Amino acid sequence: MLRYALRSLLGRKVRLLMSTLAVVLGVAFVTGTLVFSATLDRSFSTLFDATVGDVVVEPVAGGSPRRPEAAVPQSLVEDLADLPGAARADGRIRVIGVYVVGTDGKPVGGFGPPALAGTTGDAPAANGTTGLVLVAGREPRGLGEIVVDDVTAARAGYEIGDQVPLVSAFDDATLTATMVGLYGFPGGGSMNGASFVGVEPAVAQRFFLDGADAWTTAWVTAAPGTSQAELAAQVAAVLPDGLRAVTGDEAAADAASALLRAVSFLTTFLLVFAGIALVVGAFLIVNTFSILVAQRSRELALLRALGASRRQVTGSVLVEAGVMGLVGGTVGLGLGLLTAVALQALFAALGLDLSGQALVVTWTTPAAAYAVAVLVTMTAALLPALRTTRIPPVAALRDDVALPEGSLRRRGVLGVVGVAAGAGLITLGLRPDLPGHWWWLALGVLAVLLGTTAAAPLLARPVLRALGLAYERALGTVGRLAALNTLRQPRRTAGTASALMIGLTVAGTLAIVGASAKASVDATIAETFPGDHLVSSAFGAPFSTSLAGRVAGVEGVGEVVRERLDRITWAPVSASTEEGTEEGTEEGTEEGEDLPVAATDADDADVLRLTVLDGAVDLAPGLAVVQQALADERGIAAGDTLDVVTPEGPATWRVSAVVEDNPMIFADVLVGTGTYDAAGLLQQDWLLVVLVADGADPTAVGAALSEELADQPTVTVADQHAFAAAQREPIDRIVLIVYALLALALLIAVLGIVNTLALSVVERTREIGMLRAVGLSRAGLRRMVTLESVAIAVLGALLGFVLGTVFGVVLMRALREEGLEVVAVPVGQLLAFLVAAVVVGVLAAVLPARRAARQDVLTALASE
Amino acid sequence: MSTAAPAARVRDLRKTYREGDSVVHALDGVTLDLEAGRFTAVMGPSGSGKSTLMHCCAALDTPTSGSVRVGETELAGLGDDALTRLRREEIGFVFQSFNLVPTLTAEENITLPLAIAGRRPDPAWFDRVVETVGLRDRLGHRPQQLSGGQQQRVAVARALVGRPRIVFADEPTGNLDSRAGAEVLGLLRRSVDEAGQTVVMVTHDPVAAAWTDRVVLLADGRVVDTLEQPTRESVLEAMGRVAGEG
Repeated sequence: MLRYALRSLLGRKVRLLMSTLAVVLGVAFVTGTLVFSATLDRSFSTLFDATVGDVVVEPVAGGSPRRPEAAVPQSLVEDLADLPGAARADGRIRVIGVYVVGTDGKPVGGFGPPALAGTTGDAPAANGTTGLVLVAGREPRGLGEIVVDDVTAARAGYEIGDQVPLVSAFDDATLTATMVGLYGFPGGGSMNGASFVGVEPAVAQRFFLDGADAWTTAWVTAAPGTSQAELAAQVAAVLPDGLRAVTGDEAAADAASALLRAVSFLTTFLLVFAGIALVVGAFLIVNTFSILVAQRSRELALLRALGASRRQVTGSVLVEAGVMGLVGGTVGLGLGLLTAVALQALFAALGLDLSGQALVVTWTTPAAAYAVAVLVTMTAALLPALRTTRIPPVAALRDDVALPEGSLRRRGVLGVVGVAAGAGLITLGLRPDLPGHWWWLALGVLAVLLGTTAAAPLLARPVLRALGLAYERALGTVGRLAALNTLRQPRRTAGTASALMIGLTVAGTLAIVGASAKASVDATIAETFPGDHLVSSAFGAPFSTSLAGRVAGVEGVGEVVRERLDRITWAPVSASTEEGTEEGTEEGTEEGEDLPVAATDADDADVLRLTVLDGAVDLAPGLAVVQQALADERGIAAGDTLDVVTPEGPATWRVSAVVEDNPMIFADVLVGTGTYDAAGLLQQDWLLVVLVADGADPTAVGAALSEELADQPTVTVADQHAFAAAQREPIDRIVLIVYALLALALLIAVLGIVNTLALSVVERTREIGMLRAVGLSRAGLRRMVTLESVAIAVLGALLGFVLGTVFGVVLMRALREEGLEVVAVPVGQLLAFLVAAVVVGVLAAVLPARRAARQDVLTALASE
Repeated sequence: MSTAAPAARVRDLRKTYREGDSVVHALDGVTLDLEAGRFTAVMGPSGSGKSTLMHCCAALDTPTSGSVRVGETELAGLGDDALTRLRREEIGFVFQSFNLVPTLTAEENITLPLAIAGRRPDPAWFDRVVETVGLRDRLGHRPQQLSGGQQQRVAVARALVGRPRIVFADEPTGNLDSRAGAEVLGLLRRSVDEAGQTVVMVTHDPVAAAWTDRVVLLADGRVVDTLEQPTRESVLEAMGRVAGEG
């Protein structure tokens, strides 16, 4: 029996491979993700150990200590070096906001990873690793010399000895220096996409700490035999208030977490892809095996007549499925390794260079690949395999063998139950007050999807009939024949269409979410856009305060309002009026949570279009305005106080107003510049709101601003229109992902349709011969097969279209709480999906149609 | 003997297949006129070339050499599209295994060749054909709801409804019991007698051949005998002679 199963498998390898391809894709995504994650895990320790010391000394309050008082004094560093557990201690300066401008005039680096600047040196990194050290050239000396990390230098296109232009967020907005050396990680490690510009320590102190003999952080290296934790305890004992000691492992974990988030987003995304591919693949396999079992029923009946038991016949079908799974798993595993390599390359392009790390393949990876592949194929083949038991041995002797197609009533009942249950669950899921409403929503969506899939053969009938009428009207008999062919086996047609349906459902849902998000962004910006032009950083990073003066000097500019941003922390006992007292701060060891704070001049608050919910906006010293999100989260009302820790020490601010969330305020808390400066926060601007003088032409002023700031590649000038466009850009990127999904779904759907059509053409060989004999031309025959294919595709697309729209709107309703209030249905885009489905139908028909048309009429007529 | 121009003329028709090293002459110089308005049977033992002859005459197969002329049209050198058009317009088929489209009703199956050609059936003629085949009350049925004999009558109606120059029937009674077979043969006979249709039937059944006006006997790819107004006995005798010579 086994040999029989394998023989029959070999006889149809192309067809089976096609239905396996979806499984191959799914497995490839799964293994690619697994291998990449394992590789990343393996290299993570080297990656991040090299970026921290054994013990890191840093200010307790967040933010960059611009003031010498808040920094780590050199005298302290010397004391730390004398600790019994310390081998050495190195003061270091690291600040954010110095960009290397490439030879193309654009700053190197992208969104997210910081543009670092600081001191050179050879401080050993954590756990005996080598940190960022000189790898070429020499150390910089004096004012005009810098070193740059090797990756950034290569990306910017500079060689040692070149003059390198820099843009900084510090007092001097533009600088040029000679690059005399390259820094890098000889022992493995990565800047993770950040750039680094290093200068001689004395120069760094002069630039970034007003010349004080101090540092922003210090690394303490453990003596042999001393653990990080022991050393950290020794260090903590001698630290003054305002500084803390963090072990290298903790610091590395902190640094890694941001990257891990980005990676986990990507892996989740890939696993979703994999899941969709596998589900759709399972549909295709069910379909293929159903058709094969139906076609082979005479053959299987013969086996039964020759004495094979039911179990043997069923088993032989399952063995075929299992072997298919093994083949799919193997190919998928190979592709998965390639996927992992591709992911590595992708991350390298983003600055996370893992090329030094060989791919890590543990035994779990192939195990998962084969388990997924075999499980999916065998489960999918189970139903068709069980159907073989209904074949009586006597069928071998009959002329017309057709497996009894069960009535569709059960499918209808399943469909109604599924959709009804799903609708109920979705209703529950739309009530944000219920615990776990997202789960209800997800379950509801799944139930509707499964219900629709079950009922698809029933839903297919009216759709196909309508299509048939249209076909017949437009193309006559060929059209009618094509439509009737798709109606012959509604299960098969619907099963094939399901692949496309699921893909288009996902794509349609995401398209609606994307369009709605964009519409929400536009609406919010229209509501909150202040002034006439905004000067902001293209990198989501601050820029030099010197720019505000230059902007104010541009002709036609009436007023310039600046917004600054920095990070402080909550006082260790969370702020609220009820608690009142400040006993928590005495402990000093407990850390408060980060709290970003934005600031603008007190008299300019009216320029920002704040919508007051409670109290009255006042940014006088000691007063703060809180945005709704934070107010809701913490139960803050006007009149309450906020207890925070600033670089200048603990402070208590009173809330003058709670305002509606406003995307132009970059932090949940907005204070006046007076309060901000008193807290010792970063003197860098994040946003300049430009108001055009009376009578000046806003467009002309915009052009003049752009020209004035032409030497600042990190900032952009935008009016409302341009600003909204820039804000929509990340969403557009998500929309691109939607298209990738769609492409995947379409690819799999093509395979499914090709498969079904090819099998149908074979099944109907004699009928096709007859049609040719009575005068159907080759072109007519091709048209007939193409029309069948298009009908299947349109059916899938329509079902997906409807489901995608429903799910998209439901999801937007559920997201209403998250501030996405506008529901936009991108009809044009959805219609484009439909058109794409028709194209898919036409493409899928090419091979089966050609095969049908090439068939010799006589041979076809003579076939069984 | 009819004096009318033949519906199809076959001249020195040859068809050879290569099977490995040996060459098989399926048709080895057949010359024949298929007279219009007559019912002709083509007979012969298996491998005599009778099916190949029919396929070549019906534009389903291309001969190796020689000439086939259907009406005024010389088939040699025609492309697939032209041959398709010829089949559509000049030729009707009745197959041994009915070959109806299962998704279409009896009526739709009957008019299918016309529909493919984009022609409308002549209602009077359609009525007459339906009346003749006796399927008036079955027109809305699908093939699987009809008996074998009924299905073959649908197939005959399909062949007749376009008033083709020639109807080719390939063992039309092969899958039928003798009663249903007689019905179908009667239908073909009447189409010749009453409507002047030309019918050519390939068969190995002397009983079926006895319904025809003329029997052409083939052996080894050649015409070895023709019988006018055959009877079952004369056909059997002629076949015996052929077998004896072979």
